[in-house]
Amino acid sequence: MEKIHLPQSKIKELQAVCKEHDNDSGELINILHAAQEIFGYLPREVQEIVASELHIPVSRVYGVVTFYSFFTMTPKGKYPISVCLGTACYVRGAEKVLDEFQRQLEIKVGETTLDGLFSLDCLRCVGACGLAPVVTIGGKVYGRITPEKVRDILSEYYIREE
Amino acid sequence: MAQYSNYILVCGGTGCRASQSELILQNLKEAVRQNGLQESVQVIRTGCFGFCEKGPVVKLIPDNTFYVQVTPEDADDIVNEHLIKGRKVERLLYVNPETNELILDSKHINFYKKQLRIALRNCGFINPENIDEYIARDGYIALGKALTEMTPEEVIKEIMDSGLRGRGGGGFPTGLKWQITRKVQAPQKYVVCNADEGDPGAFMDRSILEGDPHSIVEAMAINGYCTGASKGLVYIRAEYPLAVERLKIAIDQAKDYGFLGDNIFGTDFSFDIQIRYGAGAFVCGEETALIHSMEGLRGEATVKPPFPSESGYKGCPTNVNNVETYANIPVILLKGAKWFSSIGTEKSKGTKVFALAGKVNNVGLIEVPMGTTLREVIFGIGGGIKDGKKFKAVQTGGPSGGCLTEKHLDLPIDYDNLIAAGSMMGSGGMIVMDEDDCMVAMAKFYLDFTVEESCGKCAPCRIGNKRLHEMLQKITSGRGNIEDLDKLRNLAMVIKDTALCGLGQTSPNPVLSTMDNFYDEYLAHVDEQRCPSHQCRELTQYFINPEKCKGCTMCARICPVHAITGSRKVPHTIDSEICIRCGSCIEKCKFDAIYVH
Amino acid sequence: MEKIKLTIDNREVEVLKGTTILDAAKSMGIRIPTLCHMKLEDLNYENNPGACRICVVEIEGRRNLAPSCKMECTEGMVVRTHTPRVMNARKTVMELILSNHPAGCLTCSSNGYCELQTIAHDLGIREIRYQGEQSTFEIDRSPSIVRNMNKCIMCRRCETMCNSIQTVGALTAVHRGFNAAVSTAFERDIAGSTCSYCGQCVSVCPVNALSGRNTQQPVLDALADPTKIVIAQTAPAVRTALGRDFGCEPGTLVTGKMVSALRQLGFDYVFDTDFAADLTIMEEGTELLQRLGKYLSGDQEVKIPMMTSCCPGWVSFVEQHFPELRDNLSTAKSPQQMFGAIAKSYFAEKLGVDRKNVVVVSIMPCLAKKYEASRPEFAVEGNPDVDISIYTRELARLIRYANINFNELPDSDFDHPLGESTGAGVIFGTTGGVIEAACRTAYELYTRKPLEKIEFKELRGLEGIRSGTINFDGVPVKIGIAHGLGNARKLVEEVKSGKSPYHVIEVMACPGGCIGGGGQPFHQGRMDVLRKRAAALYNEDENKPIRKSHENPYIQQLYKEYLGEPCGPKAHKLLHTHYFDRKEVVNMFLETDKNE
Repeated sequence: MEKIHLPQSKIKELQAVCKEHDNDSGELINILHAAQEIFGYLPREVQEIVASELHIPVSRVYGVVTFYSFFTMTPKGKYPISVCLGTACYVRGAEKVLDEFQRQLEIKVGETTLDGLFSLDCLRCVGACGLAPVVTIGGKVYGRITPEKVRDILSEYYIREE
Repeated sequence: MAQYSNYILVCGGTGCRASQSELILQNLKEAVRQNGLQESVQVIRTGCFGFCEKGPVVKLIPDNTFYVQVTPEDADDIVNEHLIKGRKVERLLYVNPETNELILDSKHINFYKKQLRIALRNCGFINPENIDEYIARDGYIALGKALTEMTPEEVIKEIMDSGLRGRGGGGFPTGLKWQITRKVQAPQKYVVCNADEGDPGAFMDRSILEGDPHSIVEAMAINGYCTGASKGLVYIRAEYPLAVERLKIAIDQAKDYGFLGDNIFGTDFSFDIQIRYGAGAFVCGEETALIHSMEGLRGEATVKPPFPSESGYKGCPTNVNNVETYANIPVILLKGAKWFSSIGTEKSKGTKVFALAGKVNNVGLIEVPMGTTLREVIFGIGGGIKDGKKFKAVQTGGPSGGCLTEKHLDLPIDYDNLIAAGSMMGSGGMIVMDEDDCMVAMAKFYLDFTVEESCGKCAPCRIGNKRLHEMLQKITSGRGNIEDLDKLRNLAMVIKDTALCGLGQTSPNPVLSTMDNFYDEYLAHVDEQRCPSHQCRELTQYFINPEKCKGCTMCARICPVHAITGSRKVPHTIDSEICIRCGSCIEKCKFDAIYVH
Repeated sequence: MEKIKLTIDNREVEVLKGTTILDAAKSMGIRIPTLCHMKLEDLNYENNPGACRICVVEIEGRRNLAPSCKMECTEGMVVRTHTPRVMNARKTVMELILSNHPAGCLTCSSNGYCELQTIAHDLGIREIRYQGEQSTFEIDRSPSIVRNMNKCIMCRRCETMCNSIQTVGALTAVHRGFNAAVSTAFERDIAGSTCSYCGQCVSVCPVNALSGRNTQQPVLDALADPTKIVIAQTAPAVRTALGRDFGCEPGTLVTGKMVSALRQLGFDYVFDTDFAADLTIMEEGTELLQRLGKYLSGDQEVKIPMMTSCCPGWVSFVEQHFPELRDNLSTAKSPQQMFGAIAKSYFAEKLGVDRKNVVVVSIMPCLAKKYEASRPEFAVEGNPDVDISIYTRELARLIRYANINFNELPDSDFDHPLGESTGAGVIFGTTGGVIEAACRTAYELYTRKPLEKIEFKELRGLEGIRSGTINFDGVPVKIGIAHGLGNARKLVEEVKSGKSPYHVIEVMACPGGCIGGGGQPFHQGRMDVLRKRAAALYNEDENKPIRKSHENPYIQQLYKEYLGEPCGPKAHKLLHTHYFDRKEVVNMFLETDKNE
């Protein structure tokens, strides 16, 4: 088993969160949200800690983590890209935009680029249907995206990195 | 509260925020300050105005001037020209697309003229982060009235008489639901607000929570009073950070003002609200799945009965209502059941909020009386189809609903009419499709969604929808045959008949309704291996008409995969093997030389 | 109680309020097929997710079909169980389930026992119209349990058993939609999970997605090897259940036929684990007296209550979930392992052969015994004390494989010296039996008086948790008994919090004890079957001339010739063991930053 490095301070923070929720297993989802906030993702070790704090089998934690699409067990890219595939975006060509991102980044949905810069995901409706099709990168929303705009958007971030 | 003579309302909805409305707000405040107007002019960030198509939107009160597609740089002009010099900034006014005339105030914009805003009454009018503004618009009066002047039975009767039905999709009479929960004897009961809006293409719950969170807080307290619950829970999508933030603010403010907490309005009634986060599962919109999710479990649906009103959260009687349903409650108590029931059709009272989107000119959030026709919505409020294309279908009810066509355009919208026409109200997504949209692909799109969102508990939904999707895949890639269509229909019917929860039972609706209304398109796919709308990639090819192509090289330059070759001033060609059918070349070609077959 | 009248398939029926349509139909002789539904009332086990949708029926006035397993009858309800609409739906859903299930029935070890196969047959499925992607999971082979999730139909019975009844928490549903499956945390192999190998999941699986690890071939290989002396030991519970696989009534004792069958299979010696059970009592009983003696004289260090250690599922459970209490476990090895240790030392020496040429095969009602036999501490220089452990169903298969007509076999007796046992060893196979056997011996060793009544009926029964106090000549020894790990957990939690009132606790991981073991012919949770098996053991006990372990002459001889004193140095070396902390320690995988 490969060891992973979790800073003690963050573990303490997580334990404090559990305690704030009275170590109540009914609060599991709220706690996992907080855990993902702290660590950026939910690796095995984090789930083990949560299970032991809440006195529940870790299998239950894992069952919940894999049920909800919001939770992830792999670290996201520095710039997480989400392409909205809500209906409004779909009828306005979101699928083609998604294809273009996959092509440009050479990754599939759910993956992260090797340099760790970008991860690609789909989501269902961000409620900005007026701007369809919509892409979010980090907190930033891009509206009315067409496949040919994809390269420009990505270069924005590549430039920032240089 | 200081008395201002002018208000500048800036839309703080998600759509407009994505187009820099926060910066517009800051610039406006700065401009007001620089001109020393801060005593007379207040700049307010409101919730969604609804007219997302033209966002970011800025509105001036009292004259209702409605500026559209505003940029942060326009802030100075709005303050200097409009407020100081009294001249409207014409370039920012809305232009009636039919008459090309400038519309001077929002009341004359077609988009708003035909709407009746009850649930959205405060959205776009008040600062959602300021409880005083809510109170100024009669906020918390309904709660006070219920607690101090009415018995729970009287309140429930009022809601029942109003004819309000659940706005989350099912259309169950709200008053009746409350009464059932009230009648169950239990030491602890809960009321829940379902804000797990998961329908891809509906965002009314989000807009209400972002624009008018206090109406939900007030309504939940009223619900608690009626059902005998002292605890309220809001189950909200974690993907809605702004709505969460504003709801939290509202709950805190309501506590400070004594509208939540112990002995509200000096009565025996105590009530508190907590927030629970969803985590990205559409099925959690179903009440039993939602309750399991709130209990920290996988969001799997369970068989009803028992209904949540008998045994719900932690086994206690639990009343679950949707955001939009709650938003109607305070108004009904203030204006009376009679008033509310005078709006709408015989069996569907009041109004309904729709998220109008797709190939329609005016995308946005609208609210119309029940009984309004689809034509009025799409062509009146929506301003018709984009780019002058032909209307083909409108999809209501999201993944649970169906497609309605030309022949349904004059159908008055209500719960029962939509179901009779093979669709459903759902939470209010309304997606307009034009001649370029393939109905088989549309059905596949929704199945794609259902397959991904199925909880996996019952066999018909877990495996059946997967098989439906695979069959649609086969058909849209030209590998289907006529027998597949019979198999498709049989499977869709069986899933509808046997699936465990509402999501599963309605998941075949997009297939069944498109088969009912567009059977020809299915036939074209299986008999002729042809997609009449040229949308299914495996069945389409892009060509360049050498007679029209001038060899301008534009298409070759725009093509993301370099599938187009040709020398300057010589007709170009497309290599079908490389082409990914993205359509970029068609959009760029000035000579109409590229066609799809 | 209120009664309700309704009509099912045009016949009126009256049932109690709260009855499901499924049960109402059953009372009229209408058998509605079910897959996911399983109700084991006596075990308090109910798996009723309403998920397979095979049991759907038509109810007049209802829009869609209803799951009869979940739907309660209401007054005046009109139900139809086999209309064309119902049958089409049932068949279509069945085809869907089959479309994601491998079609290799002929080579499946559940062929002929599979509930899916039976229903598909009854529904007359001749083709699967809906085909498509199938799940592809790696097959997970642990020492005891094999998981082939490609066969899983998501009935969730195993998950309910593992969590609600056994509270082991190894299995859970993971992912969602078509990818949903029952798996372990992080989808690791079962060996890397908190599984205790009790095998109860296997005994409720309708389709062989979970099965016992098959080790029949190594047995056949050993039997065919002329250089090996192959010894069988048979656990007490096996003889009450083996007959079930050959059409006998539940609880039929087939000891004599079983011994004959093993001889025919070619075993050189057919011995009895019951002998080792007597030996266990000598050691465990003595240990109990030693601990009690220290405890009563005020020793603060001694671990009381002492917990029995014959059940390997239970031992794993303690090591995984309550490692801090592992010193409360008796250090005495289980009968299986004591037998192996003696067979490969005392007996091998008697025969004058090297232990490496002796192959010990145990026939157990249990899947965890396979794991136990494989534990490294139960081997000498890599040579295990018990080479192969097979379970009851495997023995039945071997008997068929070797063309043996079981029902025609004559009865025969075990070989000596390791085949002689007392009634005390026999009752090891049922819950309460170990402690009763221990009391028979401990009482007489402690008080030096003969028991007036050999039977301790107050310790018998099938309630999940039982207790009793036995008066050891003025010393009231308090006894707690649990079967099923969920019940055991309750007793252990008391120990953990220091509130346990007991001096000694007997635990068996499986409901009913070994008679309901995960390797037994499936009892489908029928408590009447378990009761008959238990009765058969008590019956054999009653008919034994000797009923106290310490009176077994071969045991006395063994101590005299070889072991010395119970719990003495040699006995300790051969017959006692130690336990490990197997709790998943997060910190083992964490490299924490101490400097922060």
